[in-house]
Order: sequence, then C-alpha cells, then structure tokens
Amino acid sequence: MYSVRLWSVRHARGLNRFYSGFERLLVALAPLWRAIGYQRLEAPVAAVERGVKGLLFDCKMCGQCVLSSTGMSCPMNCPKNLRNGPCGGVRENGHCEVKPEMRCVWVEAFAGAERIPSGLDRIRVVQAPVDRRLEGRSSWLKVVRERTEPPKAEAKK
Amino acid sequence: MIFEDEPVPGYPLPILPGHSSPGRFERVLRAGAFAVTTELAPPDSADPEDVYKRARVFDGYVDAINATDGSGANCHMSSLAVCALLTRVGYAPVMQISCRDKNRIAIQGDILGGAAMGVSNVLCLSGDGVQAGDHPQAKPVFDLDSLSLLEIGRTLRDERRFQSGRKLTFAPRVFFGAAENPSVPPLEHRALRLGKKIAAGAQFIQTQYCYDLGRLRDFMRAVEDQGLLDKVFLLIGVGPFKTAKGAEFMRKNVPGLYIPDAIVKRLAGAQDQAREGRNICIELIQEIRTLKGLHGVHVMAYRQEETVAEIIRESGVLEGRVPWYPGRDQNSADRKAS
Repeated sequence: MYSVRLWSVRHARGLNRFYSGFERLLVALAPLWRAIGYQRLEAPVAAVERGVKGLLFDCKMCGQCVLSSTGMSCPMNCPKNLRNGPCGGVRENGHCEVKPEMRCVWVEAFAGAERIPSGLDRIRVVQAPVDRRLEGRSSWLKVVRERTEPPKAEAKK
Repeated sequence: MIFEDEPVPGYPLPILPGHSSPGRFERVLRAGAFAVTTELAPPDSADPEDVYKRARVFDGYVDAINATDGSGANCHMSSLAVCALLTRVGYAPVMQISCRDKNRIAIQGDILGGAAMGVSNVLCLSGDGVQAGDHPQAKPVFDLDSLSLLEIGRTLRDERRFQSGRKLTFAPRVFFGAAENPSVPPLEHRALRLGKKIAAGAQFIQTQYCYDLGRLRDFMRAVEDQGLLDKVFLLIGVGPFKTAKGAEFMRKNVPGLYIPDAIVKRLAGAQDQAREGRNICIELIQEIRTLKGLHGVHVMAYRQEETVAEIIRESGVLEGRVPWYPGRDQNSADRKAS
C-alpha cells in the first residue's frame, strides 16, 4: 500500500535495524532450514515474505532484495525498474514522470538512505541487473544460502 | 583541428594510448578542445537520404551527432541504422541505447553490431517511459538500467565477454557515455549518481537541457566535493526555443525539463522570439564555456536543427576549429587554390 510504503521509508532506520537482527536469526537457523530442505521451504517462506514485504514496501518479489541499499524504498516500484538511482525525468515536486501521483521511488530512497547508518554509502554500490529467474522466489532464503554455503562454481564460460 | 591521421570515410582512426575508441569525438575531448555535439532526430522514413540531409545541416560545427533511440518513446528509424548510415560517409555518431525497448540479449548484439559498423561512441540511457510516446500500449522492457548497461558495455570492451561470461573474439572499441540531469530532484544527490555512473564505466556525460545556471553551478560544486571533477567529460545540454509558447509547452510536457520563469518571460517580452531564443542559448553556451570542469555542449534543437550551426558560430566556442565532415578537407583545399 502506497501510504504504508512511504511510512516504511520514514522509518527506514528502525526497519533496517530490525531486518539486520532478523537476518542474523535466519542465518543462525540455517542448520534447521537445511534439515527441513530449502526446496520444501521455498513456497511457504516466499508466501510469508510476499505478505510482509508486500504490505510494508509494495514488494514485487524480484527475489534479490536490495532494500537495505535503497533506503527501504523498493526500486521495483519504479515504472522503469531502475535499481541504481533516479532517471532524469523526476518532476519538480519529486514525483514520478510516468506516474505523476506517485513520489519518485528514488527521491524516497535517498531520504530513507539518509536515515540509515552508512545508507548513502550503500546506495552508491552499483547493483547488477536483475536475474529474472529469481522472480517470485524468497530473497530471505537466498541470503541464508549465500551466507552459509560455499559459492557455486561460476556458470560455464 | 586537423589530426594527421584523419579518416578516409569508413576507416577508423588509430587508437591512441589511453583511448578506448578509434573515434574522432574521443580524440577531440582528450586533446582538451571544447567539444560540440548535437542530436539528429531519426526520420519516420526508410530513405537513407533523409538521414544524410539531416546530418548535413551540422557540417563543420559539431564533433559528434547523437542518433536518438526512440526518444520520447516515439517510433522512428532505429539509432543503430542511423549510425550505420552516418559512419558510411565518415560522420562520428553517438549511438544512443535506451533500456526501454530491448533486453540484454538484443542490446549486447547492438553494441557489437554498431562497433562493427564503425560506431565509436555509445550513450547508455534508461529511456523515457512508454506513456510519453506514440505507442503507450507497448510493453516497457527495462531489463537493464542505464548503469547496468554501462557495466555490461564495459565488460564487452575490457573483458571481452558477454554478461553471461561467454567470450568475444574481438571486443567493441567504444567510448561509453551516459546522461545526467543536474536540474531535477533529488538535486542534492545528482552528483552522487554521476559518481555511480563513472564507477559503472561512463567516460563522457551529455546532460539534459540546463537552463538554470544556478542549478548547474550547485551541481558542479557537488561534483567537485565528491572528487569527480575531470573524472569524466561533461557536455552540458542546451537548445534554443522558438517561442515563449513553445517553452511553456515543453515545460509542461517534456519529462525532466526545468525552465526558470525568467527565461519564459524574456522570450515572451521579445520582438523576435526565435532570435531571442537563440540569444539565450548562445549566452548559456558562453557561460558554460567559462565554468570549471565542463568539456563541451550538447546542442539539442528539435525541429530547428538548422539553427545549430548559427548558434555555435555566434557563440565562438569552436575558436576557429572546423570539426571534420565529409568533404571538409576538399573544401578547404579548393578555397586555398582559388
């Protein structure tokens, strides 16, 4: 919901802190997730993630969440899906070129990033293009696996 | 400025040490000249002569010609094709690539194809939303954004591989650019975004129209604070208005265009509004010439392209330099002979 989304950016600091703790918990419980099986967990966890993040951020389930790097403003709500900053079409009032009734996702992102410790450093990181295969999948489980499993060999060259 | 190894049309220049491309545009910038670029509106036509006609009006006044890629989300001849036509006779085009209409498979193919046909400069853009154009019912692609496009381009050139990792046998030798808009929100973070684009591989920047020098100066201060001065070649977007009404219209309808009231008032109060529009543009160019850290202007004169030559001539920024165009050296030889 749009108004909740704006609220989340205003409370970016608290939400970021909460998420950091939540992520640590998820990672600590990795042995449990492994025992249950990531395959089996995927659907229910993705459903919960969709519900929670959908409410708070209008999450689009891109499956590769960058909210902590974008001031808690989901870049997939940008009509151009820009993940690296605003386009040149932002209106004088800070609203979107494509959807004039909506605040620019990136104007919001900078406002949120200013509230998060080292948020402006994180927003500087160049984000890789979206891997469309991950759409609809849980970003939380992906993070846990990345943190706890050795990286897989690079895709064949 | 004449380079001894100036091209036979269709032939690339030797790539100098530290240069990325065999193009003239990069040469001019790296030689420290104040560069002038302009924009060619691709025709709604399949006739190559329509492209050449549009290019010829700039002869002798511009260092590179941007071929727009469905600008304003309107359908026209493709930028790749316009560039291919232009390079055939030796012009230095800047191929614009927008992320709106193509995914990464098509875009990487276009960079290779463009480079193969002599395109030395590529401008990486996000692109206007489809709602702005004549096909609002089209599917917006936006598989990449301008930054990931820059990174992918640089990977093709410097690492000789596709994003997938698959190797190229010959890398595209391209000078990569990006856009910036110092005049629209979030004003205080535009310089940071510029830094990101440089980090992603931008070597030159062509900005949206800058009609407010105050905002441009603020932006440049921020650029300096971020330590980005002269880390990238900055060309500032300018252009003439024909009428005050036209300025009003563009202000309301062109995304990302900031026009201060003073400019519209000045136009409205003038006897000859078109003349005043050109004067404003010339004054802007001359001011921009004096600012630190700026390396040129990008003159966009949509539907009045014939004014570009006059504006540049009267601004004096070329300082007697005649940028190459097909037949330039022949013409100057003729003049000497007669």
